[in-house]
Amino acid sequence: MGAEFVQFSLTPILIGIFASVACALPGNFLILRRQALIGDAISHVVLPGIVVAFLVTGMVATGPMLVGAATAALVAVVLIEAVRRLGKIEPGAAMGVVFTSLFAGGVLLLEQSDTSNVHLDVEHALMGNLEQLIWLRAEGWGSLVDPVALSHLPPELARMAIVAALVAILTLVFWRPLKLASFDEGFARSIGLPVNLIGFGLVTAAAVGAVAAFDAVGSIIVIAMFICPPAAARLMTNSLGRQVAWSLGFATLSAILGYVLAGYGPIWLGANSSVSAAGMVAAVSGLILALACLFGPARGRIGMAAGG
Amino acid sequence: MSDFLNALFFQAGYNAALVAIGAALLGFAAGAGGSFLFLRKRALVADAVAHATLPGVGLAFIVMVALGADGRSLVGLLAGSALSAWCGLLAVEWMVRRTRLSEDAAIGAVLSVFFGLGVVILTVIQGMSRGRQAGLEDFLLGSTAGMLFQDAVLIAAGGAVVVAAIWVLRRPMTMVAFDPTFAAASGIDVRRVDLAMMGVVLAVTVIGLKLVGLILIVALLIIPPVTARFWSERAENVVWSAGLLGALSGWVGAAISASAPSLPTGPIIVLVAASLFAVSLLLAPARGVLATLLARRAFQRRVHRRQGLLAVSRAEPIHDPLTLRILTAEGLMRPDGVATDAGRAAATRISRDERRWSVARRLHHDTALTGRYDGLTPIEEVFTADEIAQFDAEFGTPHQVGPA
Repeated sequence: MGAEFVQFSLTPILIGIFASVACALPGNFLILRRQALIGDAISHVVLPGIVVAFLVTGMVATGPMLVGAATAALVAVVLIEAVRRLGKIEPGAAMGVVFTSLFAGGVLLLEQSDTSNVHLDVEHALMGNLEQLIWLRAEGWGSLVDPVALSHLPPELARMAIVAALVAILTLVFWRPLKLASFDEGFARSIGLPVNLIGFGLVTAAAVGAVAAFDAVGSIIVIAMFICPPAAARLMTNSLGRQVAWSLGFATLSAILGYVLAGYGPIWLGANSSVSAAGMVAAVSGLILALACLFGPARGRIGMAAGG
Repeated sequence: MSDFLNALFFQAGYNAALVAIGAALLGFAAGAGGSFLFLRKRALVADAVAHATLPGVGLAFIVMVALGADGRSLVGLLAGSALSAWCGLLAVEWMVRRTRLSEDAAIGAVLSVFFGLGVVILTVIQGMSRGRQAGLEDFLLGSTAGMLFQDAVLIAAGGAVVVAAIWVLRRPMTMVAFDPTFAAASGIDVRRVDLAMMGVVLAVTVIGLKLVGLILIVALLIIPPVTARFWSERAENVVWSAGLLGALSGWVGAAISASAPSLPTGPIIVLVAASLFAVSLLLAPARGVLATLLARRAFQRRVHRRQGLLAVSRAEPIHDPLTLRILTAEGLMRPDGVATDAGRAAATRISRDERRWSVARRLHHDTALTGRYDGLTPIEEVFTADEIAQFDAEFGTPHQVGPA
């Protein structure tokens, strides 16, 4: 746990944790509302968003790309709703139509535009570059109080921390209406809560979390963190508060364990190169979910043998 | 353009023609197979299946290289992908059956975890010194570039086999997709038919991997059925028109991509399908947006016309501009707001219709008939002439309205 750890592992792990938390928090409510796949849809349409932003501005700058990605996510949410209502199509199919079409459009634009000389490709978008978000200027734990070294922190760290904090604060502030609207929409409506607005706000928060995380860690982690930690947490408890707490724990654990296994696992096994950190984080979250499915105390449906 | 037409009519070389035929067959199989899933409201299961193919592709590559074979053999890679997709499918099933997680959560969990595992395995392969991973990324988005002749044959033949399987199983699969309870009551083993359905989806996904790629194959399973749904209410028609729409997308998409080498095949095929969807959403008769708008407008006009004429019959002034416009346009009212003879005659008829309805609703106890009163349906469409004569007897003969 010396200088090398601070240099090469501390920042990616922290960014991974913030990204996982920012996705897992809204994921809890999305799962209760049976909208778990919104995260999947959003992370697919982020690609055309950043490609268009690149084509418009002509540069790989974070600001415009985040704006483009967020716009694309909102456009997708609106389109899904429009297809669902105008065509009277069930939500899953409407989502499938919209996000696959937009993703195909994004890939086409990417292949058509001259992006060969910039770091913008589909694989990068999918897998992220968590491994490269290292803190080269760090010389040990002491660098944490060294302003010069701190100014060379990867910018993704601050950005992701702010987004995670924002999502957390929003969750706390809107805790009661969110809880009511997610568990019993009819009751929430009857006491005058703006249920549709809450739903839209939730999806927007999810989109913000997804876009920020996507930029830092790629879409695999985003999709996995939206679903796996909240789903595993849901099998641990019947209380929403405890579920959210479990999900945050699972998300953090996946981020840490996944990064460590990806970086050091192959070396322990005698291989000399590391494997994809994003993929490993997703795999670890899946392992946690599998364990929760097998042993989680609240894993059964009410009335099932496992208790509920 | 001529390049495109050549490709469209299979004149752009043997390989390109084979790819176009393969894409059309694949599109047909995907459209028809996907419509069973769509009717069963499980469209996004295909997403989990598709993403779950990735670890299989990677593992098959590693195994083949370890055995000293060519790691790029398409048959081997597809076999591996089928195996891991099957595991993914089982995992979704198991989670839905054994835990309280809903199907969409199970789908999302399987697709992200399997995809993550697949990416891990791909990076393992990148680190391997032997057998280079050449072309494995093509499975993400599909590619016909560098496709061998026997690969094209494999895709075309596989597509044909799946289409044949759908043809053989069409009856039970349609019944189960449309109404599982009725199918079970008719002695069909719903679970086995469901398995067959998943088998079809799995086969389509695996065959489509090389051509369309695993992220976009979902589009071919979902978009054509949703499009076909706009054109027909009957389950069987939806299945076959979804097949035709899918085939059209595959064929035209492959031709476009063959005529311009820089256009990637998978996204083009998906975008062709998406365009067909957009056109159908707007223009389809009965369920399209335009048809709905026209129907709403026609309904609105009928309401305004009737309310306007009722006002005439009661000699009340009309203020609503739309009502005035409709009545003047039909020559029922003069521009100065006074009803014409034709207008008064129509008003008399409609007022009589109203009064007959009110009597009918008082006298008649069959609510299935009187329930059809909506202020628009002429009573002649619901009751027989004899019955109407009875209602008329209740309030005497019709009389002239308006200034005589």
